[in-house]
Amino acid sequence: MTTNKAGRFGIHGGQYIPETLMNAVNELERAYNFYRNDSDFNTELTRLFNDYAGRPSRLYYAERMTNDLGGAKIYLKREDLNHTGAHKINNVLGQALLAKRMGKTRLIAETGAGQHGVATATAAALMGMSCVVFMGEEDTLRQALNVYRMRLLGAEVIPVKTGTGTLKDAVSEAFREWTTRIDDTHYCLGSVMGPHPFPMIVRDFQSVISREIKAQILERENKLPDYVIACVGGGSNAIGSIYHFIDDSCVKLIGCEAAGRGINTFETAATIATGRMGIFHGMKSYFCQDEFGQIAPVYSISAGLDYPGIGPEHAYLHDIGRAEYVPVTDEEAVCAFEYLSRTEGIIPAIESAHAVSYAMKLAPSLSRENIIVITISGRGDKDCAAIARYRGENINE
Amino acid sequence: MSNIHSAFEHGKAFIPFITCGYPDINTTKAIIHKAVKNGADLIELGIPFSDPTAEGAVIQSANYNALKGGITTDKIFDMVREIRKEIHIPIVFMTYANVVFSYGTERFISTCREIHVDGIIIPDLPFEEKDEFLPECNKYDVDLISMIAPTSDERIAMISREAKGFLYIVSSLGVTGTRKEITTDLNAIISSVRKHTKIPCAIGFGISTPEQAARMSKISDGVIVGSAIIKIIAQHGKNSPVYVGEYVKSMKNAM
Repeated sequence: MTTNKAGRFGIHGGQYIPETLMNAVNELERAYNFYRNDSDFNTELTRLFNDYAGRPSRLYYAERMTNDLGGAKIYLKREDLNHTGAHKINNVLGQALLAKRMGKTRLIAETGAGQHGVATATAAALMGMSCVVFMGEEDTLRQALNVYRMRLLGAEVIPVKTGTGTLKDAVSEAFREWTTRIDDTHYCLGSVMGPHPFPMIVRDFQSVISREIKAQILERENKLPDYVIACVGGGSNAIGSIYHFIDDSCVKLIGCEAAGRGINTFETAATIATGRMGIFHGMKSYFCQDEFGQIAPVYSISAGLDYPGIGPEHAYLHDIGRAEYVPVTDEEAVCAFEYLSRTEGIIPAIESAHAVSYAMKLAPSLSRENIIVITISGRGDKDCAAIARYRGENINE
Repeated sequence: MSNIHSAFEHGKAFIPFITCGYPDINTTKAIIHKAVKNGADLIELGIPFSDPTAEGAVIQSANYNALKGGITTDKIFDMVREIRKEIHIPIVFMTYANVVFSYGTERFISTCREIHVDGIIIPDLPFEEKDEFLPECNKYDVDLISMIAPTSDERIAMISREAKGFLYIVSSLGVTGTRKEITTDLNAIISSVRKHTKIPCAIGFGISTPEQAARMSKISDGVIVGSAIIKIIAQHGKNSPVYVGEYVKSMKNAM
């Protein structure tokens, strides 16, 4: 048998996982390749997207923001309006349905901000599956509301104390759990990362975002946008937002990374800006790491972007220059969080606020003929306590 | 061909796993000496990684503490270079793909050859990805050790046929750590392996007691013990070499 070069995006991607999991990912790939072309599966998934999650999500013309910034026309893709409040549900409904068809009865997941954990707990409740969510201990504290939501939905939340107690450690712990219990368990990975076939599966389920943006903007403006901007941690809402525009070379694609306290500090999570190539969590990609390949303890105010790597397809789009990745600091993101709340009456997730911030810098340099689409990947209710704290105010939730 | 085969030429092989730099590099050196003196046939040296996804709590904690103590790949290479003046049994490294890749694969593997490290075990490198490091391993005659898991099933044939050095048979599902009971049908796995290769099979994951070592060595060519040794080191710290020595002797005698 020849070596299988599955799941490569340029030189990135691959399947760098323990032998114990190889048959599990192979089984997942076979099942996905079957069901992606199965009309019953697709009909059921579309029904869940539309009737349960509330798709298609709105493409909203942010007129006040447009006028205030005085440049390009700004549209917001409202993934925050989805059921459970973020884009995460798109991927989770797809994977949970797939897992169910594969005969799995238990979902495990990692979560950073808690949105993917909440989405997984939701899908598990809906489909009658049991659910365990791994969450960094640090994140359980800064996203306490989401922890309660997951428990309310019937999931068990396990705080991960190892390492830095954040998203990367939750991913590691979910992989460990999966090697322990494979037969009845599907690892519902939350981003376009990890070993093949996860980056492909998650991208496909999230690509509904760009499919809708394209149809919606053509209907409204009769032309494609000049820019599509989304925040990037692992990069699932970003890949979903840009995927159907990759072949449209006139559309500029921008991913906003979390720079934390700045890319010249150690307190950053901007992988493209500060990382280098490596192999971790099942994939070859870019990672924040030291000279000996030890993964760096990254930092961002956003628990959802606080990850030391980036999905392999983003690494590839960066290599070939098709997408541009820009760092946005905590301070810039918090200002954008407040700005969008006051200007449009929309409180974005602090993750999404990174994308809003970059658009605020970009828009004034463009003309009214130009169109920017920003994906608001999630709603910001979960972040209010943390942002208040950042501004020196202590609100008890 | 590396020197690994020699570890299996004096009866069943006992293979202790030691995390380098835990609690410090001098203690690691002393532990290696005691283990060899008390009957170890091959030494598996762990190069710590910040995020060891295949390890249970015991070895994870050893990894974090060793890194916190300032251990680096270069310091471990220096330590091995030094002990090689007196220790001549085979040594293999166990570390994660990023530690090798990030150091520069050729630089890492050629250094292994220079300091007489015979092989390397990379738990996050399955058969499908071994070309990542195999060309350099072949060039410098360092065996890239393959693993077989309870879930490998039909994969056993392809893995066994291309295996080098020895085959690491993972006894149980899950991560490293001691287990009261090992329920996998290892007999069936090993007889399946034997159809495709003559290289030795060593069983690891979950083995801690002399009774388990005796049982496992009956059906294989050797036994690998990690977490049980790291627990001894965690308990006794700088004084652990003598205790590890006693433990190695008790395990080797049982086999």
